[in-house]
Amino acid sequence: MLAAGYTFLLAMADSKSAGMKMAFVAMERRVYFEVEVKDMKAALEAIRQKIVVELQDAHDMQTLENIRVKFLGKKGELTAILKQMGKLSPEERPVIGQLANEIRVFMEEHIATRSAQLKNELTMQKLKEEKLDVTLPGKKHPLGKKHPLNLVLDEIEEIFLGMGFDIVQGPEVELDYYNFEALNMPKDHPARDTQDTFYISDNVLLRTQTSPMQVRVMEQKKPPIRIIAPGRVYRSDAIDATHSPLFHQIEGLVVDRGITMADLKGTLEIFAKRLYGEDCVVRFRPHHFPFTEPSAELDCMCFHCHGKGCRLCKGEGWIELLGCGMVHPKVLSNCGIDPEIYSGFAFGLGLERVVMRRFNIDDLRLFYENDLRFLNQF
Amino acid sequence: MNLSMKWLSDFVKLKVEPREFSERMSLSGSKVEGWEIEGEQIKNVVVGKILSVDPHPDADKLVICQVDVGEAEPLQIVTGATNVFPGAMVPVAKDQSVLADGKEIHKGKLRGVVSNGMLCSLGELGLTAHDFPYAIEDGIFILEEDCRIGQDIRSAIGLDDTSVEFEITPNRPDCLSVIGLAREVAATFDKPFTLHQPKLQQESGNIQDLLAVSVENPQLCPRYVARMVKNIKIGPSPRWMRERLRASGVRPINNIVDITNYVMLEYGQPMHAFDYRYVEGGKIVVRNAQPGESIMTLDGVERQLSPEMLVICDAKKPSAVAGVMGGEYSGIMDDTNTIVFESACFLGSSVRTTARKLGMRTESSSRFEKGLDSETCIPAVMRACELVEMLGAGEVVGGMIDVDHSGYQPTKILLNPQWINQFIGIDVSREEMVTILEKIGCQMKGDTIIVPSFRKDLEHKADIAEEIARFYGYDKIPSTAIRGTAQGALTEYQKFERTVRETLLAQGCYEISTYSFISPKYYDKICLPADSPLRKSVVILNPLGEDTSVMRTIVIPSMMEILSKNYNNRNASASLFELSNEYIPVEGQELPDENPVITIGQYGGSCDFFSLKGIVENLLMVLGVSGVSIEAESNLPYYHPGRCAKILLQDRTLGTLGEIHPQVAENYGIDTRVYVARLDCRALFENRCQNKEYHPLPKFPATTRDLALLCDDSLPVQTIENAIRAGAGKLLERIDLFDVYKGKQIPEGKKSVAYNITMRSPDRTLTDEDVAQAMEKILNHLSTLGVSVRQ
Repeated sequence: MLAAGYTFLLAMADSKSAGMKMAFVAMERRVYFEVEVKDMKAALEAIRQKIVVELQDAHDMQTLENIRVKFLGKKGELTAILKQMGKLSPEERPVIGQLANEIRVFMEEHIATRSAQLKNELTMQKLKEEKLDVTLPGKKHPLGKKHPLNLVLDEIEEIFLGMGFDIVQGPEVELDYYNFEALNMPKDHPARDTQDTFYISDNVLLRTQTSPMQVRVMEQKKPPIRIIAPGRVYRSDAIDATHSPLFHQIEGLVVDRGITMADLKGTLEIFAKRLYGEDCVVRFRPHHFPFTEPSAELDCMCFHCHGKGCRLCKGEGWIELLGCGMVHPKVLSNCGIDPEIYSGFAFGLGLERVVMRRFNIDDLRLFYENDLRFLNQF
Repeated sequence: MNLSMKWLSDFVKLKVEPREFSERMSLSGSKVEGWEIEGEQIKNVVVGKILSVDPHPDADKLVICQVDVGEAEPLQIVTGATNVFPGAMVPVAKDQSVLADGKEIHKGKLRGVVSNGMLCSLGELGLTAHDFPYAIEDGIFILEEDCRIGQDIRSAIGLDDTSVEFEITPNRPDCLSVIGLAREVAATFDKPFTLHQPKLQQESGNIQDLLAVSVENPQLCPRYVARMVKNIKIGPSPRWMRERLRASGVRPINNIVDITNYVMLEYGQPMHAFDYRYVEGGKIVVRNAQPGESIMTLDGVERQLSPEMLVICDAKKPSAVAGVMGGEYSGIMDDTNTIVFESACFLGSSVRTTARKLGMRTESSSRFEKGLDSETCIPAVMRACELVEMLGAGEVVGGMIDVDHSGYQPTKILLNPQWINQFIGIDVSREEMVTILEKIGCQMKGDTIIVPSFRKDLEHKADIAEEIARFYGYDKIPSTAIRGTAQGALTEYQKFERTVRETLLAQGCYEISTYSFISPKYYDKICLPADSPLRKSVVILNPLGEDTSVMRTIVIPSMMEILSKNYNNRNASASLFELSNEYIPVEGQELPDENPVITIGQYGGSCDFFSLKGIVENLLMVLGVSGVSIEAESNLPYYHPGRCAKILLQDRTLGTLGEIHPQVAENYGIDTRVYVARLDCRALFENRCQNKEYHPLPKFPATTRDLALLCDDSLPVQTIENAIRAGAGKLLERIDLFDVYKGKQIPEGKKSVAYNITMRSPDRTLTDEDVAQAMEKILNHLSTLGVSVRQ
């Protein structure tokens, strides 16, 4: 209270001689005497100017609040002046009242403006201080990654699921019957030589292809059949950059009434385009597999040279993607499906080669060495 | 099969660039692997005539030649060769020329004397003395060819053929011959195919007077044809024959050997020439080998024969392994006077088995084992005799011995154009089909197709459909969608597998892929006892090596191998997993059980037993496998006996996890702690939660209490937790262990365990009294275990 009054006094001291008199009065609070309207007007104008100056010097929210209390508070300067309104004549009161109101609004607005300014300044200041070196490394939660073979296998499975195929799995240690005999490759068939086989006994082997799944599925299920069978296969190839005694194949089989070679083409063209993109150009080239007739290989135009021939495609302009064909009528019969009623097509592709081409991997061994520096690249 | 384009032109007249030729042949079914234009590299090398040879003024070993290359002035060339002489015709690599190996030749000075190029040797043209037997290899190639000065060397010495390499599928042994491929070429390019009929000018004497052939096993030898040639004059074969052999990748030897190779390449029929001197008793007997019999083959190796092998014998001993290789004395020598040409047909499977057993796959055996045409025996032997006459290599003896048990009857297939069109999805007329079939050598009798003898692969109407399709053009077959609807869906098990993989990936584990076979020694590496049933593996009879010789019965070694590789490659930490199989032999069953398991392995970083356990617990939680208990396990030899746990569901073991025994880690060269979990996929799959159900979010607040307990160090916390659960009853929401402490202020042999216990009621706010009651019950339960509240 005293402090407020004292400030008031200092403020008045600057203005006029009449002010001195009023200041004196303020000091001696119990003394009443006539206050002239003129003086009150002057006092009000004075605080208007004074608050502007003080607000300019306010650089934090606390000072601002202090100013608000000092001028607008219950015991503030404005109130102090207004308390003397009673001494004015009834005619004079509205005049001073109006002015006082105007000054109040003026002060409130200025405080609000300054407050907003100050808030903004403080925010700016804070933001400035909080500046980060955004080039510092991120904090990483440990992240696992799929093996590249499975990464692409998942993709291939999705493509076929989308075309209405189911996925089946079967044994890797397999009977000779399923791997060869039922697939039209009797014991002394020359085609067996192209698949150097690991034998467990005369009758049991490590499957050299996923094709035995064709037979197993046809034995168990009546047409319509639409499946793919991905899995591990084994051939006694010494390990080097392009050979592995264990690799992965994906077998496919469709059997129903009226399946044609045109269906085979249509289905596998879609697959190639989903796998390699709409602009992938494919061709079907006659080939031979003992368990399909007619047989074909599906080539994709070399992505690198677009068919001109380069190192990547060994000058051929084409890269072999998969083998396929119409299921041989003898195979259908072997599985108890009447080839006079049903027909079908089958296909098989090597996963490793697709993945190697996808990521430009030049050494097959990397897949099975599982070095983290390799695995974390995918 | 390498095809000489010059040789091909004997049968089909065709003018086409190698690229287009290859493309179209590949698309009609004869896959071209590549082609080689002979002498393609060679540039600016011409025939020159040496005019003079003068000594080099400053070098004893060099001479200066003036060589006429058909230009205004002779070229001066300095050479170090000693076999040059005035008048010699030589290959001259002029300034800015290129040799066969791509080396460039420029003019320069040799010891101060200008040399405007180089005189070439055979090697510099990519040749050997086999190609030009009159020339030497370590000197300049002195040409004895009919050539003119200035002529391009490639045409002067016949280095202008193109050799195309075909990949021939095993069903088409007929295409392992120039004639077979020529038929395909003619059909592909729609050109006439002309087959030459071998004819003889003169025959003397009769083979019947000199030779008798008996075939004791007609099943393995359906046909045996023999002809003889006498007064043999061994010498080099003519250039055209050597060129064709060279372009086909066969080394010229001498006229008789070259003829047998030439006929084999042209007709696809392997031939053998026996020196008649060594055919004892003038008898050829085709029979099975006798027990204990052996033969020294042409390659100088003594081979033990077994009774299922077919051999060609004279009156006394085997002189050749039928269809595989001749014996030591059966070969052609410089003084050979009379020969017997064998042109036979042996059973493919028998030749295949014999060749495999003897470990010798020859050009001949690889053809026979695919099943050759018995009808080619006679044309082939006739062609050989014709060539003998043509080359002046001897006099053909009259007559021929033909022991034919083949009983060959042509295959007949009904042509069904409607079925073919439906099967392939095309619309080709019957006439068009007949045209295609006739181009490949079939004959039509009404609706019946008479298949030619050399196309043994055509047996069924589907085979005919393929012939129609490939010459109609696979590219012209439309592409259609499969009719009918089908839904593709993952099975429940496949979904389970994906969930497992996703959950482990989300926990920072990298997926790996390991070989299913291991070395039996790996069982020692993981310290399996000698009598462990896990040592009974599925064994591969013919493994690549010991490291890949048995199918693993347990995945631990595979995971350890990969962890070890990463550790040794200085990857500071690793967290890996794999879904793969264990192969467990089953008594009385041919195939093993392929048991799918999840393996998780970790080392380095912040991983420890509990980080691994956390991963496993999260997996169980995601799968909804509940009611699981963990029990200490100290009997698995590959685990640390004090840091291994079994995961149990009632009495079924879902898996194990723990720290790998330090000895095992050491065996794998890992000098840090390693943690591995092995979970049984089937058990997890069967016990997963299939129908997860929503629980409403709580409406009333929870109350928590901290509880610091003191108990025996050996007491597993699971026992304490069970007691807390039992005590708190329904109100208990969760128990969180937040501290285990041993040391200061805790008596020896004791530990302090601190829990945060959360209680909640679904239908009201718990009062202090509720909680106090529950806490009292908890403490009562705990006190029976000797657990007290820590003061």
